[in-house]
Amino acid sequence: MLLGKLTWSAIPLHEPIPLITSIIVLAVVFAVLGIVTAKGWWPYLWREWITSVDHKRIGVMYCVMALVMLLRGFADALMMRSQQAVAFHGPGYLPPEHYDQIFSAHGTIMIFFVAMPFVIGLMNFAMPLQLGIRDVAFPTFNSVSFWLTASGALLVNLSLFIGEFARTGWLPYPPLSELRYSPGVGVDYYLWALQISGIGTLISGINLVTTVLKMRAPGMSYTRMPVFCWTTLAANLLIVAAFPILTATLAELLLDRYLGFHFFTNDGGGNMMMFMNLIWAWGHPEVYILILPAFGIFSEVISTFSGKPLFGYRSMIAATMAICVLSFMVWLHHFFTMGAGADVNAFFGIATMIIAVPTGVKIFNWMFTMYGGTVRFKTPMLWAIAFICTFVVGGMTGVLMAVPPADFVLHNSLFLVAHFHNVIIGGVLFGCFAGYEYWFPKAFGFTLDERLGKTAFWCWFVGFIVAFTPLYVVGLEGMTRRMQHYDVAEWHPWLIVAAVGAAIIALGIAFQVLQLIVSIRTRDQRRDVTGDPWDGRTLEWITPSPPPTFNFPVMPNVEGEEAYWGLKSKALQQQRLFDEPAYEKIEMPRNSPTGFFVAIVATFMGFALIWHIWWLAALEFACAYAVFVVFAWRDEHEYYVPAEEVARIDRARRAARQQSWFEGTSA
Amino acid sequence: MAARFPARSFAPFGLLALGGCSAVLDPQGPVGQGDRIILIDALLIMLCIVVPTILGTLAFAWWFRASNTKARRLPEFTYSGRVELLVWSIPVLIVLFLGGIAWIGSHELDPAKPIAAATPGGAKPIEVDVVSLDWKWLFLYPEQGIATVNQLTVPAGAPIHFRITSASVMNAFFVPRLGSMIYAMHGMTTDLWLRADKPGTYRGLSSHYSGDGFSDMHFVLNAVPPAQFGAWVAAVKGKGGAMDRPVYTALSQQGTMPPATYGAIQPGLFDAISSGRLPQAPGPKDNQNAAR
Amino acid sequence: MSAAAADPHNLRQGHGHGPRGNAAGPDEHGHFDKRIITGYGFWIFLLSDIVMFSALFATYAVLAHATAGGPSGKQIFDLQNVALETGFLLLSSFACGMAAIASEQKNLLWTEIGLLITGLLGFAFLVLELREFADLIAHGNGPTRSAFLSAFFTLVGCHGLHVGCGLLWLGTMMAQIWAKGFRAETVRRLMCFNLFWHALDIIWVALFTIVYLLGAGQ
Repeated sequence: MLLGKLTWSAIPLHEPIPLITSIIVLAVVFAVLGIVTAKGWWPYLWREWITSVDHKRIGVMYCVMALVMLLRGFADALMMRSQQAVAFHGPGYLPPEHYDQIFSAHGTIMIFFVAMPFVIGLMNFAMPLQLGIRDVAFPTFNSVSFWLTASGALLVNLSLFIGEFARTGWLPYPPLSELRYSPGVGVDYYLWALQISGIGTLISGINLVTTVLKMRAPGMSYTRMPVFCWTTLAANLLIVAAFPILTATLAELLLDRYLGFHFFTNDGGGNMMMFMNLIWAWGHPEVYILILPAFGIFSEVISTFSGKPLFGYRSMIAATMAICVLSFMVWLHHFFTMGAGADVNAFFGIATMIIAVPTGVKIFNWMFTMYGGTVRFKTPMLWAIAFICTFVVGGMTGVLMAVPPADFVLHNSLFLVAHFHNVIIGGVLFGCFAGYEYWFPKAFGFTLDERLGKTAFWCWFVGFIVAFTPLYVVGLEGMTRRMQHYDVAEWHPWLIVAAVGAAIIALGIAFQVLQLIVSIRTRDQRRDVTGDPWDGRTLEWITPSPPPTFNFPVMPNVEGEEAYWGLKSKALQQQRLFDEPAYEKIEMPRNSPTGFFVAIVATFMGFALIWHIWWLAALEFACAYAVFVVFAWRDEHEYYVPAEEVARIDRARRAARQQSWFEGTSA
Repeated sequence: MAARFPARSFAPFGLLALGGCSAVLDPQGPVGQGDRIILIDALLIMLCIVVPTILGTLAFAWWFRASNTKARRLPEFTYSGRVELLVWSIPVLIVLFLGGIAWIGSHELDPAKPIAAATPGGAKPIEVDVVSLDWKWLFLYPEQGIATVNQLTVPAGAPIHFRITSASVMNAFFVPRLGSMIYAMHGMTTDLWLRADKPGTYRGLSSHYSGDGFSDMHFVLNAVPPAQFGAWVAAVKGKGGAMDRPVYTALSQQGTMPPATYGAIQPGLFDAISSGRLPQAPGPKDNQNAAR
Repeated sequence: MSAAAADPHNLRQGHGHGPRGNAAGPDEHGHFDKRIITGYGFWIFLLSDIVMFSALFATYAVLAHATAGGPSGKQIFDLQNVALETGFLLLSSFACGMAAIASEQKNLLWTEIGLLITGLLGFAFLVLELREFADLIAHGNGPTRSAFLSAFFTLVGCHGLHVGCGLLWLGTMMAQIWAKGFRAETVRRLMCFNLFWHALDIIWVALFTIVYLLGAGQ
């Protein structure tokens, strides 16, 4: 009773694949912890990262988490593709109970713990810099958000070693996910991990919306904000409006499973169709929560590397906000095959197509941004061009499936799988990679290796085409997703090709890892001295790389649409920097371990609830309240950076600018 | 295991395969043909804009590369009313066009809409009641008074009216070469009309993931000449036991099974299942074995 | 700076007196008004909370007639009890408003008294609600009886849970004001608590109407 449902049988001692994976992962984790301990890095990590409330640090931690989880999610993808490549007329090497966990974990991890943290991390890092402010609205809550997401990620990965993960797919449709048909802890792991990280995401959404709407540099009016800030605003408005629906829906499923309620059960009057409506009322906006920030990144990247302001800036904003609103009106297209009737299906089909209008406008505006520009093919730009080419195909297949009769034969097929990977990899992930390459020098003060970056890009791009084009074909051949084995001969060769594609993508990931290692080792030769390595146009490039904690010694005075470009042009024209401002002391938020403690409490509470260890859950609830009281009781929330310190840092920046603009050669 | 789908030659790599061997693109009935026409029409309409966009993007990027001395730079070209009008109106026009297709198609090809026989005054519609179980398909022929599992025999040219429900979790009933799929859900009945125009053997499957045995949840649809259908019914009738409550209860246990036939059915069985009067399928045998 | 003053896009806040020109901008020292930001952020949180409730309301609307042979709302709702609950909650909100006024006057005693009354009334509300729940469960009409009762218990219970958490928060606030007095951050938090408590009232009004009044009327 002391450990609830938890027994030794929960540890996969008799199953080689999970056991070996567990041992390897644990070995890596302990090795990392050992190195950190041996080198005495804990105080540094605690002071500078774990308790940090600096939006830049938190943004970086989000991105690091996303990249680590990408490796986990991609390992799942490799297993799925290889299983399907060999499971023709045979069982393959993964039994159904494993295979089902793998595709469920793959989807869950890639959406919630790769794509979400990646975009939130980039928004966190870049948006305040672009707005010309010193932090987000609620810095401590920002840290809480991050650590709650990390807690959810930890729980999902814990299911690998202790117990099992959901075998229901990434959205646990009842009644399959109800206790009767999924009696194990897998669905509970899913639900609690998502509840915890979902609350983190919601807090983050509230935080970033408030930041964009209420905190901007003087002169930074709405129509002067960089498009990335607009997309950040739109994405976070969607978070605020959509994530509570997820919370409510998952809570209802939890009540069904834990307390015998009848929301979605087969008996007692439950209604599974309601789950599908609710989950997609969150799920479809979620797609745009991911893609809108990526659109913002592409806008910045294409404009910068074409040496031109964004074409049709106001059109872009209108398109962004139109997508934001429309995304709530299309959820039914995820289940045209439920039999809702012709009028309903047609309405939602057409509403879905209408989203293609603002999206198309964006594509054309990016094209015309390049028109007449001076295009530099740096790595971020390669991701952006590849994005346009792949995304229009993904968009086209999406609109195709928005036509109900076409969906009637393509729904749930590998055609659908190919479609959403086409937009999520070609759109979201390429966008995140572009943002990663683009802002890396700003975050760390040195650039990433271009040659390896381009090699990685080409592997990804080619691998992506080789992996997913065959899936379109087998989808048209009638192959449904999530098959553990099959006996249709026509599918087999295509699935082998897809597995080869996955291997090419793996090569791309390997090159990305190599790029990071090589760039760190040669960082002294690749320092970004000026803080403006790409000849940027927005305010983040006015700061040195990496920016000081306070970002800006004095609030930048924004006088046009491209705040930094305007200042830079004027300075270059006058052949001198602006006059040194009068430096003042700067108030900054103090570090806080609140987020970290909240995550510890949340992790234990989640674990206790998953395994029905009720005393621990109660204890953790008490701890949660204690953390709240301690946080509320804190007196000192801020500290001051002395004016001399501000002056010293800014004079160094000015000297570097002076050197590169007027004395040395341009960077 | 169910009978195997006759293997055809490996699809040749390349786009030609799309036209030749694909199930969805090679329909054998009016519903599938309707779906295919709409699919291809919509695809072609969109390709008209997608292909130029891809080529234009690559062309712009390449022509305006920094090293091209011939390119005319227009760093101030950031707004043009004419271009804006164009970039908004092109997608709007396409969507208007596609929206019309979607509206008409949704109504014409609504799965619940009855279809006619292949020849005027031809074969009359066949009623088939479908129950998805963990992990098998139960087909009841109420007019013929027979039942089958994982195999479906229908007369070619006759419209078939499926009433579909589930005894346990969600599934989707799908015969790719005949056209539209529809969900099977517990406590509900969905309607689907299909027709096989030519005699043949068509693969059917569950196209909604439903648990560990999902991959084996497929069946064979035999479309036979109408005369043979009567012979088949006569051969099945009265042999191989009856599909009644005890047999159904045994069938609702989790597991896969080879095709089978039942010579009689208990009247009202489908209604009892679809209305939820019969208990739902039990799910995993050992509900206590929670950990793994 | 003079050019900036003429700029219509300038967001810099006015200095000390008069209405703030545009609350999105910082003051002369690059500081943003924390009261505005905290309040704004809290409003957005409340909106998200209302979205969550609307999902629960939608669920309830779908399942209201899915009684599975069990009782309907008409058979189980005791409007007298609900009227009493409503009275307590509305009065509690009023007391909370009074406490806010007292806190603006920096009157410690009356603020504490106001908050105490708020809490007691909130507690009384909660007791009545729990009694109603216990009564239903004792008669075999618990949330596991039917989908309708699941939705009912969840919707009303979620509101009750909010009230319960609000009471914990309230206790913390009272202790904090008692120990530390009216500092800027405590006053900000009190403002947030006020918003929260009134929002719960608004949700209750919707709940009272849609669940109890409409349910009992059918």
